[in-house]
Amino acid sequence: MVGIFEDLGFEAGLAAVLGNLVGVVVLATVFLLLPIFTIWVERKVAARFQNRIGPNRVGPYGILQSFPDVVKLLGKELILPRNVDKIPYLLSPIIMVAAVVLIVAVIPLAPTIIGTDLSIGALYFVSVGSLTTIAIVMAGWGSNNKYALLGAFRTVAQLISYEIPLVFSLLIPILLVGSLSMQTIVEFQDTYWIIFYVPTAAVIFLVSNIAEIGRAPFDLIEAESELIAGYMIEYSGMAFAMFYLAEFLHAFLVAVIFSVLFLGGWQGPLAQDVPVLGIAYLTIKSFIVYFAMLWVRMTLPRFRIDHLMAFNWKFLVPVSIVHVLVTAGIWSALPEPDLSGGWFARLGEEFPRMALNLVASVVIAVVSLRLLRQYAEQERQRLSEVTAMVEHKQYPLATTGQGAQSNVIVVGTGSGD
Amino acid sequence: MTLETFSTWEGTVDDLKGLVTERAISGETMLLNMGPQHPSTHGVLRLILELEGEEIVNCIPDVGFLHTGIEKNMEYKTYEKSIVMTDRMDYLNPMGNNLVYCLAMEKLFELDVPMRAQIARVILAELTRLNSHLVWLGIHGLDLGVTSMMTYCFREREVLLDIFEMVSGQRMMSTYFRPGGLWRDLPEEFEDAVRFVLKTFPAKIDDYEKIMTHNAIFLDRTQGIGFITAEDAIAYGLSGPTLRASGVNWDIRKAQPYSSYERFEFDVPVGQHGDVYDRYLLRVEEMRQSLRIIEQGLNMLEPGPFRSNNRKYVPPPRSELGRSMEAVIHHFKLWTEGFRPPKGEVYVATESPRGELGCFLASDGGPNPLRVHFRTPSFANLSAANKLSQGYMIADLVAIIGSIDIVLGDVDR
Repeated sequence: MVGIFEDLGFEAGLAAVLGNLVGVVVLATVFLLLPIFTIWVERKVAARFQNRIGPNRVGPYGILQSFPDVVKLLGKELILPRNVDKIPYLLSPIIMVAAVVLIVAVIPLAPTIIGTDLSIGALYFVSVGSLTTIAIVMAGWGSNNKYALLGAFRTVAQLISYEIPLVFSLLIPILLVGSLSMQTIVEFQDTYWIIFYVPTAAVIFLVSNIAEIGRAPFDLIEAESELIAGYMIEYSGMAFAMFYLAEFLHAFLVAVIFSVLFLGGWQGPLAQDVPVLGIAYLTIKSFIVYFAMLWVRMTLPRFRIDHLMAFNWKFLVPVSIVHVLVTAGIWSALPEPDLSGGWFARLGEEFPRMALNLVASVVIAVVSLRLLRQYAEQERQRLSEVTAMVEHKQYPLATTGQGAQSNVIVVGTGSGD
Repeated sequence: MTLETFSTWEGTVDDLKGLVTERAISGETMLLNMGPQHPSTHGVLRLILELEGEEIVNCIPDVGFLHTGIEKNMEYKTYEKSIVMTDRMDYLNPMGNNLVYCLAMEKLFELDVPMRAQIARVILAELTRLNSHLVWLGIHGLDLGVTSMMTYCFREREVLLDIFEMVSGQRMMSTYFRPGGLWRDLPEEFEDAVRFVLKTFPAKIDDYEKIMTHNAIFLDRTQGIGFITAEDAIAYGLSGPTLRASGVNWDIRKAQPYSSYERFEFDVPVGQHGDVYDRYLLRVEEMRQSLRIIEQGLNMLEPGPFRSNNRKYVPPPRSELGRSMEAVIHHFKLWTEGFRPPKGEVYVATESPRGELGCFLASDGGPNPLRVHFRTPSFANLSAANKLSQGYMIADLVAIIGSIDIVLGDVDR
């Protein structure tokens, strides 16, 4: 791209700036338009989960449904309620979208296609992704609405807490690879994907990321049945659409980042030679992860804020810390394998340390889940005893007629597992 | 919103005194207006919440946003013409409302009801109970974030609504029960349609249980939440599943059988913890029991008259009009002036899906009732909202309101 501008007669410096600018615009536009498709996917998949048809009027299979929706939102007035704090209120949707789009910069789409291969790419993802917290707090505070404020309260608590297991589980692939650069992390997964080394870390990463973007079952910040729309209750028109855009884009980018970190990113047959294939592989993997997220979203009830925090601090954080320590120990104890041979040779060379890590990771998962279950059963038992002080009032029943046997079934006597 | 703007919205600060604590007046705790336009207040319930952070200090229900004046309106209509309005009270339990009003009339007139009609009423009342519990389950799921639950439940409800349409021509506002029996005989397809429900439904209930009953998040969200003891439940006048979940074995179908319920064999599920989870389990079990009742009812159903033959209250069939002058006179009288029942007052209680649904009917001997009053379960159950939700969080309040299963049309009438 820079070459083209140089050929046109621009100076080298200017050509570099222009070339990069074009790259930024193209990349950002592609990702900003992506939600139009992912929203359709989400609605269609959700509809299938819920025994519905979903959008089917505009375009084949309703694929163009998002366009009329966007046009409608564009035509809506941006209502500015009295008593709002204008600057944070209007700035927050912009920060929200900007923070999410910034993530795109470090996603390696193919061996040669990446916004910028920052040496601290993984750290950049975490820090930019958590900028959305500030946008949500601004929206919640600026709206001058109690529901928005409650939503913002919850956001601060939830997002900041879940950052910790997120960073710890992100630390594990970084430990294995020895680099924070996203491209290096993908190149490392030439033989085995990182999910085969540390499946538990992958799950923790996905869970804390879903919490980070505030999707079900962690969608308390906009819990429809409690806070109506949470922090974005006062927004209308395009400002509202921007929050939605940011949410959907963030959800998809989380799936992409998960694929990059744990599912080998663009790795796949022939991807080294044909970059387009790399993009295709990454897209396929991302959509599989996205589907899994939708599945969770459609099935599980919503957490309550204190359970959410307990789950984070009492379960995810300790498990991820233990996992980091165990993986670091194993990794430094094992000798570096010789990775100079062909692909199959490397596969064999890599196998022992992969297998050892896998076993360790699975053991951590099994042990911690066992402990969690035990704790949960204890808690339920305790709760059951606290509330079981209800005495049975057997009222004399005026039973008449031959069939009227008054059997009483006591519900909830079985163990609640 | 400060306290001043809050109070100028409706009422004065003085109105709030006594309802909320002093701390709310001084601004230490937050007053939050929840509803009447709120997705999980099940219609137009307004709750004034006093919050400390997310914890509920006080929860004051404010009703009357759906006041339809049905009870008053009934005083201006003849007895039979008012049945159509009872459908609209508790719109999830239309047949049950018809039933209680018809039972009150029949008790007042001392009108006989043929056995076929009684059995048919029981079957349809139980189908309505299923319908109501399905909506409750779906919405309860929705409140707790299991969005898919609603569509599953509404899918099954569709089958039930088709049956209602088959018998009465209407999916929801059926007006099928009339004093002395039914509007018309059950159609031939009825039995097959209900047998289909009996065949397919148990598996569906198992499916719902798979999604909800053992889900760890669901257990966390419901166990030990909205707890009320049996004494308090009785003191608040709770009834139905909300009362039985606290361990009180009180089901009017058993205690004061009506419409031949004494001929049916079914069990009364009773909870032991009095929390949201027990109310959930109890209603799910009630759905199974309803299926049992329906099955027995179908087996008992025998051909025969479907409406009383008392020409003083029941219009003659069309076929008689061409032959009998007397029938024409009866018909004319009944459809212009209506009937004139004896003076008196009656009260009849039935077990609606939500609890004790009673109808008080006073007659002064004229063609219109002197007073009709419905003792509705939603209204009584809602009175315990403050007791149930104190000390829990906003998220729990949604579950609690869902678990006492209010219908605002039933609250306000």
